[in-house]
Amino acid sequence: MFKRLKKETSPPTEPIHLGLVAADATRCIQCGLCGYNCPVGIPVRDYARQGLTVDDPTCITCGNCIQVCPRGTLRWETKHDA
Amino acid sequence: MNYLIIGNGAAGITAAETIRQHDPRGQITILSAEPSLMYSRPGLAYVISGEIPPQQVIARTREWYADLRLELVYGRAQSLDVYNRLVMLADGRVLPYHKLLIATGARAVPAPYPGNDLDGVVYLDTLEGTKELLKKARRGQRGVVIGGGITALEMVEGLTQRGVNTHYFLRRDRLWSQVFNEAESRLLAEKMHHHGVHIHTNTEAAEILGNWRHNVRAVRLQNGKEFKCNLFGVAIGVKPQLELVKNTPIQTDRAILVNEQMQSNVPDVYAAGDCAQVYDRWSGQHLLDVLWPSAIAEGRTAALNMVGQTTPYVKGIPFNACLLFGLHITIIGQISPDPKAKDDFAEIQHLSRGSSEVWFTFPRHYQSAWAKSGPHTLRLALGGGNGNGREGHGRTIVGALIMGEQTLADPLRTLIENQVDASPLLPYLQSDRETLGREIKNLSLSVIRNP
Repeated sequence: MFKRLKKETSPPTEPIHLGLVAADATRCIQCGLCGYNCPVGIPVRDYARQGLTVDDPTCITCGNCIQVCPRGTLRWETKHDA
Repeated sequence: MNYLIIGNGAAGITAAETIRQHDPRGQITILSAEPSLMYSRPGLAYVISGEIPPQQVIARTREWYADLRLELVYGRAQSLDVYNRLVMLADGRVLPYHKLLIATGARAVPAPYPGNDLDGVVYLDTLEGTKELLKKARRGQRGVVIGGGITALEMVEGLTQRGVNTHYFLRRDRLWSQVFNEAESRLLAEKMHHHGVHIHTNTEAAEILGNWRHNVRAVRLQNGKEFKCNLFGVAIGVKPQLELVKNTPIQTDRAILVNEQMQSNVPDVYAAGDCAQVYDRWSGQHLLDVLWPSAIAEGRTAALNMVGQTTPYVKGIPFNACLLFGLHITIIGQISPDPKAKDDFAEIQHLSRGSSEVWFTFPRHYQSAWAKSGPHTLRLALGGGNGNGREGHGRTIVGALIMGEQTLADPLRTLIENQVDASPLLPYLQSDRETLGREIKNLSLSVIRNP
């Protein structure tokens, strides 16, 4: 009980998501919304259109690109899957 | 080898990239009628809505062209001499080729009314046209949009978000009547009302009226009434660009007819993308797709054949996922709402961007299932036979339309793409969306695990 409470209240000490952004190239329309909304300026579209996992060391795994993609191209993939 | 690609869009660029992967030495020239680097045409919707600036839709850099040693030539192809293998440009230049890919795409059909040349008649079709639209779409103005299809709906959404008082004219009483059924139309209409869109059913324009400055000032309706507006958005469909192949031996129907190697009836002349009419294995006909992923797949197959790797094009199931007024919508395969709506199909003169003629074809022994749960809907179309010729033994899902929650989109795509026997689902067709959805997921998982 105490453990659960602590987990909910303490700030994150690890990356926001344990995973990478993966893409389904057949859904990508290359509109560029993903890269435009990336706070660290990763050209996400170049990965997405080729169906590549966004394997960029600067990715902070904030998930903005997944959130804004209008076509459902991007998703989380755990490091194990990737 | 000298490759010439006419068209700097999805099909042309994918073809150029694929050719370079297989032929490091060949000369590749891309002819672009529009004065820009390759951009995402579907992305223009998000430029209108203000989610991205116009330059963001440009999907390739100048360095990318240079790295792949692609020569980009700006100019419009005017005529084609297939005997001497030459393409003549409007400005008098002549480009020779050994292998030619025609990927000229499609262009918006102009408004079929007098006054369609007035200032303020706008299209969501090209990057330049979109910039023009942005200049004219000012807050507080009154705009009218006509057309079924995704592009019209995207234009309505974009203009609304820009503060334009937007009025959407429907010829009938339903949104995109060839694709949506009544409940689906109502669901989207509710969202549109919520965003402040005024939908006018059974309303059709007859003339666009201008003022002395040649600006749009009103629309005269078919009932004779005048409706004031400053902006008239047109998205009634697109037409493949075929001017270049007129007066050549290249065979066309609604677009350039290609065989399964994406080759026209003239040797070494290929076509891909919106200007190509491709064999569809589901309906057994040559059908048009005006879809981004199809253009990419066709461009890739054409390129492989152009470099001498004989590769048949296996047309995928036409698919589109879009987000309109906050509502996610996925359309897969043969999905017209009603086989009796064949009249509607006959009435479709021009296909709208983001759609496929396959959607309006019907399988044998058509049956449909429908489930709704709050703002989430699911519609399935089932056909007879299971693809192995044993008519009546088993059923396959041939189309699906999913609105709202999208977790069923990928499982359904798997089932449709693989023509999976959907008999296990039959007992659940009348169930609620949750139960039917669970069974669909289970069936698709069993396919993925035991392909």
